[in-house]
Amino acid sequence: MNNVYIKNIIRFVLLVLFQVLVLDQVSFGGYVIPYVYVLFILLLPFDIPKSLMLFLAFGVGITIDAFGNTLGLHAAAMVFVAYARPGILQLYFKKIETMPGEEPGIRKLGFSGFIKYSFTLILLHHLLLFYLEIFNFRHFFVTFEHVIINSIASLIGVIILVLLFTKRNRRKR
Amino acid sequence: MRTLIVFLRKHQFFTLFLLLEVLAFSMLLNSYSYQRTISFNAANNLTGGVFSAFSNLSDYLTLRKQNKQLLEENSKLRNQIQAFMLKVDTLAVYGDSSFQYIPARVIRNTTHSSNNFMVLNKGSLCGIEKEMGVMSSQGIAGIVIGVSSHYSLVMSLLNDNTRISARIKKNNQLVNVVWDDEHTAYGKLIDIPVHIQLNPGDTVLTSGNSFIFPEGLVVGTIKGYEPNEKQGLNTAELKFATDFNGLEYVYLIKNMRRQEEVKLVREKGNE
Repeated sequence: MNNVYIKNIIRFVLLVLFQVLVLDQVSFGGYVIPYVYVLFILLLPFDIPKSLMLFLAFGVGITIDAFGNTLGLHAAAMVFVAYARPGILQLYFKKIETMPGEEPGIRKLGFSGFIKYSFTLILLHHLLLFYLEIFNFRHFFVTFEHVIINSIASLIGVIILVLLFTKRNRRKR
Repeated sequence: MRTLIVFLRKHQFFTLFLLLEVLAFSMLLNSYSYQRTISFNAANNLTGGVFSAFSNLSDYLTLRKQNKQLLEENSKLRNQIQAFMLKVDTLAVYGDSSFQYIPARVIRNTTHSSNNFMVLNKGSLCGIEKEMGVMSSQGIAGIVIGVSSHYSLVMSLLNDNTRISARIKKNNQLVNVVWDDEHTAYGKLIDIPVHIQLNPGDTVLTSGNSFIFPEGLVVGTIKGYEPNEKQGLNTAELKFATDFNGLEYVYLIKNMRRQEEVKLVREKGNE
């Protein structure tokens, strides 16, 4: 049980630092920044209390905001992701059986399952994030294009991190 | 009332979701309302510390480029000294001594949002105040909008709220500079009267009409201009002189007579 807490705290710190110190500084092609910190919510255990998940999402979002001077922007997007997560899991994986503390990772959902699950949530996150940031629909299609491209970049970032992570776990055992 | 409470408890998850979203949105709207002058306080001393530690490391990677920039600036200043020495004229007053320049390091810089900011490693302890101008060795870069004890927050030119009073060097025509919302290198020159002729490469300088920037700092050069006879005021494309992507060191511009000027305008401007 303790193990789950420690693991998630470490994951939180590392993801936030990686996001604000590395990824936010390099922008591929001018505007593409992979937002991999979403992974924190993606990988929370199946059986986490839903309300706790909302608070955690808000916490992660507001931390990213504090570093980026965008107070409330990432928090709003993250809370939305946390709200959508149970529904998405229900929608895609109805018959899945879970053990206490188990995470919806690649090992549990399968590679394509995990991609489907994470891409849906990342897309929702980016839609909210980008339109909130622009704060109008003046450049609707341009923004939409950015959302799609950036979502793919984020997905690639997330997959790479998850693959690195699972591999190391396997070696340990 | 009872049924409401029962309803809320039943839909606890949704209620909490709404509550947190409302909280996040109100924070966001708050920061939009007064020119996104975000409460820049204790929290930023913490995040500033993290960035500052990281920037200490990453600075080494760009030493060569920084040296080159300093060298260029040195040679420019040397040339200016030469020019002054040649025309020592006791009657003419060169430049404006009421501005003081304070060097600072950029420890955080965004260029890809729709409202971009910089964080500098000097704060109120070094005499930094709100609404001081910021320039790089190449040209102007932004305006200070928040100060904590050790750090200051700068609205870069790449920001929707930017509006700089400028003039065109060759004919002293007053214009305004805004950002084009998209590119990290380009802005827009607005409020150009129809009769003005512009060519690509024309220099745009600060006008000195605000209390923020002294007169004659480089803003950028004209990139393209297509006059439209029908409109009263035209728009041109502008290339900023400052390279925002590679910004490492900047100067803060302190206007020593700001208080005096602001007071005068406030008292006499209304009469």
